[in-house]
Amino acid sequence: MVVRVRIPDIVRRGQPFDVRIAIQHVMETGYRLDHSGRTIARNVIHTLVARYDGVEVYRAELGSGIAANPYLQFWITAPASGVLELSWVDDAGVAGSERVPVTVRD
Amino acid sequence: MRARPVACWLLAAVVAIAGCTVVDAGGDNGGDAGGTLATAAQARPRPLQQGSAFAPASLRALQADEFENPGMLWVARGAKLWQQAEGPDARSCASCHGDARSMRGAATRYPQVDRASGRLLNLDGRIMQCRSERQKAEPLAWESEPLLALGAYVAFQSQGLPLRPSIDGVARPFFERGRDRYQQRVGQMNLSCSQCHDSNWGRQLGPETISQGHGTGYPVYRLEWQGAGSLQRRLRSCLSGVRAEMFPYGAQEHLELELYLAWRAEGLALEAPGVRR
Repeated sequence: MVVRVRIPDIVRRGQPFDVRIAIQHVMETGYRLDHSGRTIARNVIHTLVARYDGVEVYRAELGSGIAANPYLQFWITAPASGVLELSWVDDAGVAGSERVPVTVRD
Repeated sequence: MRARPVACWLLAAVVAIAGCTVVDAGGDNGGDAGGTLATAAQARPRPLQQGSAFAPASLRALQADEFENPGMLWVARGAKLWQQAEGPDARSCASCHGDARSMRGAATRYPQVDRASGRLLNLDGRIMQCRSERQKAEPLAWESEPLLALGAYVAFQSQGLPLRPSIDGVARPFFERGRDRYQQRVGQMNLSCSQCHDSNWGRQLGPETISQGHGTGYPVYRLEWQGAGSLQRRLRSCLSGVRAEMFPYGAQEHLELELYLAWRAEGLALEAPGVRR
């Protein structure tokens, strides 16, 4: 599972900044059939959570309507330097996470 | 009952008009399917336009954003694989080539003839050869995810550089066969590549604008595929579209066509990883 996360080079104390994340994932809808006509089991990243120094700051619940290789962008603020931890889990139970250190400037 | 012959006449007229249209479409092409081209200059669309020029603005924006471009996930995986030791001697791509920036310009010269074997190789073929002959590692399969990732990573190093393939000397016979195949009508729809991509580019085919058929964005991320794919996969889609038999991955027919396409797009900037519908 390839993951790319990006935050701005400079983060100001208390100022909103954007977090961008792209995850390589099939996001199988559960509506498709294989060559024998059997349903291909749904496998999407159903939950993605962002925590800043352990405090939940963002949560997304995804479903079949999200395309493969989901890309999300959201805005948060940071009161002080810390670590942003992104974690997610799919229907097959495969979980992933990524830690991004954030340095806050005045 | 008297109306019936009239209806038949109408039907016959429609068939005749449809028949004329088909003949005209062939006529645009100079009627030289499988024959020789008048001059080299005529074989290239003018002005040359990237595949992305025919894509909707939203897709062009997706491709241009270095982070948002989903093809960059394959580039990112390729960067990891570049460093990964493989085979009995635990060699990575980086062991020989060092930083991948040394590959800048390499992708603009493919397909090319391998001096040792005399075979025509595209970039994927070269990576596969490196892997089995130099790294002595488990061979990579055509169109496999690791191969697409490495191909995307190496091609990405040449982003923005103009294509400049060689079609002289040993490459000439390959080029000529590719050129002839490009003009060859195939499939149940009896269409050649040229009939869409030389005679009708810029026009609508259903919701799609027909492009000039340049492979400068490959490996490409296609929304239809929900993933990355090679130029050969795209050529197979085209062949399937005209209801012709598809060439297998790595087939000589593909490679020769790829060389002709590279020559045809000479001077256009490489834009891998491209994003297409």
